Amino acid sequence: MSVDGNLFDVQNVSVVFQIGGLLGGVKLVAVNDVSFTLSREKAEIFTIAGESGSGKTTLSRLLLGDLHPTSGKVFFEGRDLSEFRSRAELKSFIKKVQPVFQNPFETFNPLRRVEAYLFDTAINFGVANNVKEAAMVVDHALQQVGLSLAEVSKRYPHELSGGQIQRISIARALIPRPRVILADEPVSMVDASLRMEIVNLFRTLRDEEKVSVIYITHDLATAYYISDRIAIMLRGNIVEAGPVEEVLERPMHPYSQLLKESVPEPEPEEKDAWVKHISLGVTEVNEYNQVGCKFAGRCPHVMDVCRQADPPNISVGPRTVKCYLYTEQAREAAGHPEMEEARK
Amino acid sequence: MAILSVRDLRAYYRTEAYGISRTVHAVDGVSFDLHPDEIYGVAGESSCGKSTLIKVISGNVKPPLKAYSGSVEYDNGLQKVDMLTISPEEMRRNIRWKEISYVMQGSMSVLNPVRKIIKTFEDIVESHRGIQDKKVFREQVEAHINRLGLPTDVLNAYPHQLSGGMRQRVAIALATMFQPRLIIADEPTTALDVVVQRGVLQMLKEIQAESKNTVLLVTHDMAVHANVADRVMIMYAGRIVEEAPTKTIFKSPLHPYTKHLISSLPMIGVRTTKTSLRGSPPNLANPPSGCRFHPRCPLAMEVCRTEIPEMVDVESRHRVACHLVKGGAL
Repeated sequence: MSVDGNLFDVQNVSVVFQIGGLLGGVKLVAVNDVSFTLSREKAEIFTIAGESGSGKTTLSRLLLGDLHPTSGKVFFEGRDLSEFRSRAELKSFIKKVQPVFQNPFETFNPLRRVEAYLFDTAINFGVANNVKEAAMVVDHALQQVGLSLAEVSKRYPHELSGGQIQRISIARALIPRPRVILADEPVSMVDASLRMEIVNLFRTLRDEEKVSVIYITHDLATAYYISDRIAIMLRGNIVEAGPVEEVLERPMHPYSQLLKESVPEPEPEEKDAWVKHISLGVTEVNEYNQVGCKFAGRCPHVMDVCRQADPPNISVGPRTVKCYLYTEQAREAAGHPEMEEARK
Repeated sequence: MAILSVRDLRAYYRTEAYGISRTVHAVDGVSFDLHPDEIYGVAGESSCGKSTLIKVISGNVKPPLKAYSGSVEYDNGLQKVDMLTISPEEMRRNIRWKEISYVMQGSMSVLNPVRKIIKTFEDIVESHRGIQDKKVFREQVEAHINRLGLPTDVLNAYPHQLSGGMRQRVAIALATMFQPRLIIADEPTTALDVVVQRGVLQMLKEIQAESKNTVLLVTHDMAVHANVADRVMIMYAGRIVEEAPTKTIFKSPLHPYTKHLISSLPMIGVRTTKTSLRGSPPNLANPPSGCRFHPRCPLAMEVCRTEIPEMVDVESRHRVACHLVKGGAL
């Protein structure tokens, strides 16, 4: 069952990778029981945040239809992605969901002029029927990102700066007039002085072109700056999700709290607090294979129950938290300072 | 008294192919001092010359890179060593790892992937000091890494078995094995997650506080400098634009480029619109005339196009190269 009112409807999706041979291999749950929706009515920027190995890229492959879930379903405009059979169906889906990748210099072939990609996209998706029409479409898309065809024409990728080429990569994604842009770490390879122009561009696209953006990142500061909602991932699980102000200003899950605390603030006054002791996991695989809550090994509030079974998703106001600290019983027992806050 | 002093250093990459010669002015007239017991931060965007600067300081100059003028003097407490003319043999025997050591960005390329961590320790110590007794040596290494808060098990692991943060901390443990007077850390946490980054920098800071040596920390991340460095130098297109104690740089930056870098940093809890600079960092094979920042500067004047701004001391320990400051406009 899906809700027709949503662009994306992700329902209890899990992905299990088999690592190793036929007999003695290990199973790795890269995405575990993840659910969220993206509204059709209102364009928004939805951030999926997490550290390396948190499963955010696997999740983005699911959304692009590049990978099918082991269990659960992904719906786009009410249709199950795994049921697309014909090329036409797939194409009409890809047209509406366009990716922007991390490294713009790898997105474009260095031996081909960048405009060739823009023209190809316009013609392959049927947005334009001939080169003349395509030129108009391409120019319009470039205008949307603050460039023009005249500036870009005849240029090779190495002749453009990192900021420019990432904007061209976004312009390419805009050509088929998508409903959603899925941007996987779009600013991590871009210089600091140019980063904000890319981030601001996503804001403009949301407000003026009504394009929703799924912003996948490890950078909480830019996530706070542009997004409406955020989901924080840890080892394949969404541990906390909700409006970005709520989640990042007052994180409830102990992992979100640690993550927020670890973001270095550009405030030299408080530097001693930031370098206070924290414990680190020795290897990632240990945490993936942990039964129950993946954060149990590092959590300051760990209880016996955390190591026994997956914590439930608990709604607290507009957000959900996947943590035993916020269950009915725990709330009754009280005691944690976070609990006090949750009740308020 | 400075432990390392760099004066008017100019280091260029010169290549010649098919009769076309090309010179990249990567470091162009840089002067600064490193003092004992401090963490000195170097900030700047990609291709601003910070890696070239480190190569020259650490005596690692190979063609096409060449130091054309200026001096780099390292004071080892007894005598001054000229890092530009030192022989590779002398460098290996007396300076590298013992006096000046490095922590690099990709720790995977420091650690030998087919040897256990303990073997890498052996290789390095063997070639610089020699090992008499392997058992005693192992005890020394164990004591050293325990002091840094690493478990003894890592010595028996291969690099790929460790997480990125753990590998980077092993690289720091290697770099501090001989208690060097100067540790050069080039983007030590750039590829790491925030939580791990915090752990690695915390370790580097603790080592510095304990052994009172000097750390030269190079990273493009201003927020890291805010939390770790004592003084910060900002580089733009091969030159220093501003240098000051960390608090001063963040509270009262003077150069328009520094101001932009700091005001454009996104922060959790602040939603005001941040902007980018127009244009992009210059190509150092053909840098702009006058002040190299002038094509992108919102406050550029006529003089900025023609004259290179001099470095001016505004306060003690705060200097800046900008015509506006000299003219008293800022």
